[in-house]
Amino acid sequence: MLNYYIVDMEKKFLKLNDKFNKQTSLFNDLINLFEENKNQIFKNDTKKISEVRKQALEKFSKSELPTLKHEKWRDTDLSKTLSKNYKYYFDAEENNSEIGKTFKCVVPQLDSLSFTFVNGWNTFESELITLEDGIIIGSFSDAMKKFPEIVEQHFAKTFQPEKDFFSLLNTSYAQDGFFIYVPDNVNSQKSIQIVNIINNDENIFLQPRNLVIIGKNSKLSLIHCHDSVNQKNSFTNSVTEIFLNENSNIDYYKLQNLNNQSTLLNHTNFYQNTNSNISSNSISLNGGLIRNETCVEIEGEGCAANVYGLFLMDDKQHIDNHIFIDHKKSNCVSNELFKGILDDNASAVFNGHVLVRQDSQKTEAFQSNKNILLTDTAKINTKPFLEIYADDVKCSHGATVGQLDNEALFYLRSRGISENNARMLLMYAFAAEVINKISIEPLKNRIDDMVKKRLRGELSVCDQCVLHCGTPEKEIDFEIDLSKI
Amino acid sequence: MLLNIKNLHVSINNKEIIKGLNLGINYGEVHAIMGPNGTGKSTLAAAISGKPGYEVTKGEIVYKGINILGMSPEEISWEGIFLGFQYPVEIPGVSITNFLRAALNEHREHQGLKPLTGSEFLSKLNEKKKLVEIQSKLTNRSVNEGFSGGEKKKNEIFQMAMLDPTLSILDETDSGLDIDALRIVANGVNTLRSEVNAFLLITHYQRLLDYIIPDFVHVLYDGKIVKSGGKELALFLEKKGYNWIKEELID
Ligand SMILES: Nc1ncnc2c1ncn2[C@@H]1O[C@H](COP(=O)(O)OP(=O)(O)OP(=O)(O)O)[C@@H](O)[C@H]1O
Ligand SMILES: [Mg+2]
Repeated sequence: MLNYYIVDMEKKFLKLNDKFNKQTSLFNDLINLFEENKNQIFKNDTKKISEVRKQALEKFSKSELPTLKHEKWRDTDLSKTLSKNYKYYFDAEENNSEIGKTFKCVVPQLDSLSFTFVNGWNTFESELITLEDGIIIGSFSDAMKKFPEIVEQHFAKTFQPEKDFFSLLNTSYAQDGFFIYVPDNVNSQKSIQIVNIINNDENIFLQPRNLVIIGKNSKLSLIHCHDSVNQKNSFTNSVTEIFLNENSNIDYYKLQNLNNQSTLLNHTNFYQNTNSNISSNSISLNGGLIRNETCVEIEGEGCAANVYGLFLMDDKQHIDNHIFIDHKKSNCVSNELFKGILDDNASAVFNGHVLVRQDSQKTEAFQSNKNILLTDTAKINTKPFLEIYADDVKCSHGATVGQLDNEALFYLRSRGISENNARMLLMYAFAAEVINKISIEPLKNRIDDMVKKRLRGELSVCDQCVLHCGTPEKEIDFEIDLSKI
Repeated sequence: MLLNIKNLHVSINNKEIIKGLNLGINYGEVHAIMGPNGTGKSTLAAAISGKPGYEVTKGEIVYKGINILGMSPEEISWEGIFLGFQYPVEIPGVSITNFLRAALNEHREHQGLKPLTGSEFLSKLNEKKKLVEIQSKLTNRSVNEGFSGGEKKKNEIFQMAMLDPTLSILDETDSGLDIDALRIVANGVNTLRSEVNAFLLITHYQRLLDYIIPDFVHVLYDGKIVKSGGKELALFLEKKGYNWIKEELID
């Protein structure tokens, strides 16, 4: 039997609004839920990990549910998504793992290894595996069993905001997710692709927890996809911690393609040691409510942090990109570029906060957010923000909001390019600046194709696959009825 | 007659700019329109090309026997009308090559032809590039982005050559060109000029008309064609300016 609880967010949330008191029943219920399922949650934990979780729960109990009254949440309204009922599973759903085996996400010509999670639970047949070059990869729960020291050393060791409701909730509750360990001096040509599929019969609430550690002088390219295969409600509260040791590199791609009923809160925390490089690129194509909270702690000199993003939203979709880059050491460069196209009643938030501390001399920090609004009803709140305490720095920030250029549109049409194609060409040209930052050629081509399809409004046809493979080796055989899509 | 404009009235934002204009162009002819700044030359060109926001309140534009009023800019382009812009638009991120390929293939689709293969397209591209002596690397760049004034104008002629229109309207394509570029542009027009097409040149300088000999010269003033003649009219305007026309109109 499945072991689940219904977290009745609706009533709790309403009550919360009534009193706006920290000790409302939602907290009590969540804490009780935790207490009752402690054994299940702690099943794979080491003592130390359990300790960390308990502390997180302690802090969680003192945190506040984010509402529009909170500065960091003033433009992202969770009340609607929290007013739905979700089921919370404390055990893997056996019946859904089939889709993980049949689901194939193949990026043509890309040398990659793919791992699939369904509804937050891993579907791998084997436990942790070690690749030829020594990379260890598998589920977070297996990692706790097999490499307790490594997990203990890193779990919840990136930036942990004291009062952050959702990341604390994840730290205390999370049971599964991916674990990747790249030993020193490994420069893998292979990309690792993690696919998170949501395929649920009922509304679910899930909390993946991911940990990535990259050794000295090593390089990892990681593709992290979030996708839903049907139209049910879901709430994903995900936390990914990524540690970069000296002189290491990550190429990190987030691909988000979820249905309009889904909420994705996605925390990504980077911890950078000396001379390490990050290139992070989030491509958000679909989703009801997406919040990407990216935090980069630069703890060593000579680091580069490139954080890029592209979002194409329509309907009533909402996307929120919150980026915090903490320059704690000198001689580092950070670079943010986020571009968005919003149609219909879509709304977006960009909040880039760069902190350059007093001793972080010779810092270079650039921020840019550019947006195209296709309708009068689409909305963007953009706030690039530099907080600088050092004096010898080079920083700039800027944001633009505009429409498609009518003169350019007429120019293209006067050459015989029909209106739709002309619009598409202009939108694509706008998006291409971000796509061109993708350094893995086959992936770039794939995303390029997906973006074009999205702009043409063709995506819904291929909704069942994040990378909706145009030329899969063989036909994908779903056991699940997809006719309802 | 290829183009027959009858009693055309055009307004922008409810302000009438073209005020009862008549113009007829036959196959094989080159017409030049001159006239003081702000009298409606570009407005006429844009109205023929179907630019949104240009409201035709009266009259008609008959092209190849059909009234093209109400047709979209792309449809008008497919019918063979080309507009060389007075101010070509910069389009960052769209390469000339991609843009022209898309345009050409839409034209072909409209004609019921298969799209050009990559190599067919490239050989056409190279052939036409030679015609306007355009630098090779220019076509890999984004449309007009960072182009010099002269490069932008040459690029217009290059696009005209690629699309092979029946009626080409060139709005001040000669402005901003150095002597060599002017010769190249004129050369392009003269090469393409034939019995099955026609040109409408909008210009301020009779110099262009030394290179491209027009059959007719018209003076557009206050939204109307107030004077027409042969190429000698251009020479006369060069010497006398437009004041005498204004006086003549007052009389
Ligand atoms: N979008 C617009 N809104 C309002 N008025 C306009 C608009 N476009 C053009 N006009 C006006 O229409 C008139 C004619 O402009 P047009 O560009 O056709 O002149 P032109 O004859 O081409 O001048 P030039 O020789 O300087 O190129 C001008 O007074 C101009 O200000
Ligand atoms: Mg003009």
